Amino acid sequence: MAHLRLVNVTKRFGDVTAVNGLNIDIEKGECFSMLGPSGCGKTTTLRMVAGFEDLSDGEIYTGDRLLSSPKKNYYLPPEKRDFGMVFQAFAVWPHMSVYENVAFPLRIRHLGSSEIEKRTRDALASTNLLGAANDSPDSLSGGGKQRVALARALAINPDVMLLDEPLSSLDPHLREEMRFEIKDLQRKYGFSIIYVTHDQAEAMALSDRILVMKLGVVQQIDTPLAVYNSPANKFVFSFIGLSNFLDAEWRDGVPVLRGGMPLPDGLAPDRNMGSFSLASRPSEIDFVSEGEGGSYALEGVVTRKAFLGEIIDYQVNVGGQEVRVQKGRRAPGPDVGSACRLRLLRPFWYAEEEG
Amino acid sequence: MKRRGFGTAQVILFLSIAILVVVVAVPVLLIFLNAFWVNGSFNVADVIRIIREPDTWQALVNSLIIASGTTIGSTIVGTFFAWLVTRTDLPFKRFMKGMFLVPFMLPSFIGALAWKMLLSPRAGFINRFFMQNLGFDGPIFNIYSYAGIMMVEVMYLFPFVFIQVCGALERMDPTLEESARISGAGLFTITRKITIPLVLPSILSGALLIMLYSMAHFGTVAVLGIENGIFNIPTLIYQRIHQSAGSFASIRTGTVLAAILVVAAALILWLQSKVLSRGHYQIIAGKSFRPMELKLRALRMPLLIFCLAYIGFTIVLPTVVIFLVGGLKTYGLPFTWENLSLDNYKFILFDYKVTKDAIWNSVTLGFSAAVITMFAGVMISYVIVKMKVRGKGILEFLGMLPFSVPGSVIALGVILAWSGKYGVNLYNTVWIILVAYIARYMAFSLRANSAALEQVHDSLVEAARVCGATMWQALKDIVLPLVRPGMVAAFFLIFLPSLRELTVSIMLYAPTTRTIGVAIYTLNEDGETVMSAALAGIALILIIVGETLINRFIKTERRGG
Repeated sequence: MAHLRLVNVTKRFGDVTAVNGLNIDIEKGECFSMLGPSGCGKTTTLRMVAGFEDLSDGEIYTGDRLLSSPKKNYYLPPEKRDFGMVFQAFAVWPHMSVYENVAFPLRIRHLGSSEIEKRTRDALASTNLLGAANDSPDSLSGGGKQRVALARALAINPDVMLLDEPLSSLDPHLREEMRFEIKDLQRKYGFSIIYVTHDQAEAMALSDRILVMKLGVVQQIDTPLAVYNSPANKFVFSFIGLSNFLDAEWRDGVPVLRGGMPLPDGLAPDRNMGSFSLASRPSEIDFVSEGEGGSYALEGVVTRKAFLGEIIDYQVNVGGQEVRVQKGRRAPGPDVGSACRLRLLRPFWYAEEEG
Repeated sequence: MKRRGFGTAQVILFLSIAILVVVVAVPVLLIFLNAFWVNGSFNVADVIRIIREPDTWQALVNSLIIASGTTIGSTIVGTFFAWLVTRTDLPFKRFMKGMFLVPFMLPSFIGALAWKMLLSPRAGFINRFFMQNLGFDGPIFNIYSYAGIMMVEVMYLFPFVFIQVCGALERMDPTLEESARISGAGLFTITRKITIPLVLPSILSGALLIMLYSMAHFGTVAVLGIENGIFNIPTLIYQRIHQSAGSFASIRTGTVLAAILVVAAALILWLQSKVLSRGHYQIIAGKSFRPMELKLRALRMPLLIFCLAYIGFTIVLPTVVIFLVGGLKTYGLPFTWENLSLDNYKFILFDYKVTKDAIWNSVTLGFSAAVITMFAGVMISYVIVKMKVRGKGILEFLGMLPFSVPGSVIALGVILAWSGKYGVNLYNTVWIILVAYIARYMAFSLRANSAALEQVHDSLVEAARVCGATMWQALKDIVLPLVRPGMVAAFFLIFLPSLRELTVSIMLYAPTTRTIGVAIYTLNEDGETVMSAALAGIALILIIVGETLINRFIKTERRGG
């Protein structure tokens, strides 16, 4: 049985449907990410799970325990849900010491003083904060503050940890470090994670499964690898990783690029799709020489070449449309202005109305 | 800065220091000199003797009692209303918030006048109503008392706390409270352990402002206290100077009291800066969801009625009474249609020389003071905020001075400095009032202009210089247009309060140089209650129209960028 269950969860703000008919089952110990552009409803969903927002429709359960159900007129307030939560802006209380911040949820539960002491120290030890226990959180860096927030969420040893963009206020290098710390803590304590982020690399690195959302509607729920390798639609393709889209259409029974250049067999979809996009990833394109590439190749002219360190970034004009290609710095490539031949290793096709 | 620019910078710095020294520092210095320097030698024993005189001692104690009571009362009222309009589901919150800020623009001595008409022991309308119709033996409340003075001051001062706490509660990162909630705390615990401690610095800083204001406050105590012999520091200074026509002993007492006020004010401001710097938590965050609202449920309607009653009782009722009394033929007549007319208003606007002069004086004085102070303030703020010149430290210190010098102190200092003893005699002319207004309102101008200047990033001027503009061109074409909203704000921040100014003018007026405030006060003292009320009504109209205009102006400036 799923540990956390969202059944047909819907949230409307006035006329706007922020979240529409969401069904998710999250297993115990799973790390589940919700990914999408801002305003897609991911944070609203998390806040409904936490209990800060009412549902307009649907139900949320942990195990057999009902959390929210507008139909049954039932709503368990956040303070009774026993979740851990970490917010983007740290939200550590500046008027309490690090120790008191972490001990707060335990004191609220009226635990014995030795129990509070022990569990606070455990949580502080797990987050490498024992040395700073008596400091004011204001004296800590952003990463330190976020560790305090994590320790505070850990203190009650929750089954479910809700993380609302916990790393996006941190410096990039710290972000990567904290990512693995969170993963380690999950292994140690065994809680489930619901992780909200707009950073796909973060979601990829942490998650067992990813949900991609757009305008309150689920686009795809799958493992990181599957989301990357077989995106369900054009939106998911464009949102995860770098992407190229070439506008194309079916003209006189033949697929052609916008502008009229016919598509070779290998790059043609297997059915008449009307107007469609030919999608590819910049890293999955090779430069091939005349005669190579067979039915997967397109002719173009290099219009820009930028050295980005480990990789070289090319912009190639193919029949009036731009295609981005990324190759390792060691691979020889054509120069700006020269004609070239591209081989698309893994083409995808998305009909236009799929959005 | 290069050699060439050095000269102009020095000129501006010198001018700025000169203005502050002449207008503010010299009068304050003279007060301390007069207080502590007797017959050419430093004399503390004499100061102590003066403080221990029963009258002086009583005034000090009274100032402390009234200020403490007012501060406690205002803090409770202000914090409660702030919490109510920001954190609960009280109906009409926006309207309520606007109404709770109205007392800010109403002069408290006009309020005191209205409350005198309502609650004076024998003639007050409310007391009379209870005695005549409900069979009470005596007045239900005597406004001529400590409680009465404190009540009226609370009504007009609580917005200082209200606005600070509202701001803190609105800007506070809601996840600070949400994380307590997810930790298992209920709303009551969160309010007690998280919300209140986090806004405590704002509460304290507002409370200290009220303390400062109330301690140096003249109007309310003058209108309500003198009847029963309740004097505080400013009213005693006024009484001594006024009665003894500038005798040496009375000036001495005045300067000692004034010196104590300055020290107390400086102490309070120092405490406030400590509170703000030590306890000002970084509780503001970018991402903002609406904060939690406490559902008042069964208390919602009772609290709404309570708020409306409070607004009706403290804002509407006194205002209505002022206008009604201003329309009466004679004070004491009942409010019937035959007794009410606009004759008084016509009379004081067109025929009565005293009030016509007063209105003219206040408008011209306010306008001149506002213009002069606005330009001086821009220059001084520019040096303090933007320039890197030696000697700026002196200016920063001098720039703090206007904030901590109460009005009655300025008035006394100006009398000492400009009464001919040092070559210039402005006493009994409008010029002495103008000089005092400039000193009194310099703080407002400095605050508005520094705030505006801090918004202008140095790189904007540097960009202009790189484009080939000289220092002066950059100032004229880049800085000045950008700080113009700050300057206009400063102008109104000075012009509007000066229309109702009482504390300074009352010490400095001569028969022909009454201001509106002085005229209202003296007419009331002379028993011309209806004329006084009518003039007060006109002052209220002037103030409300002015405030509405400036609010509209500020809004369009913000929108138009």
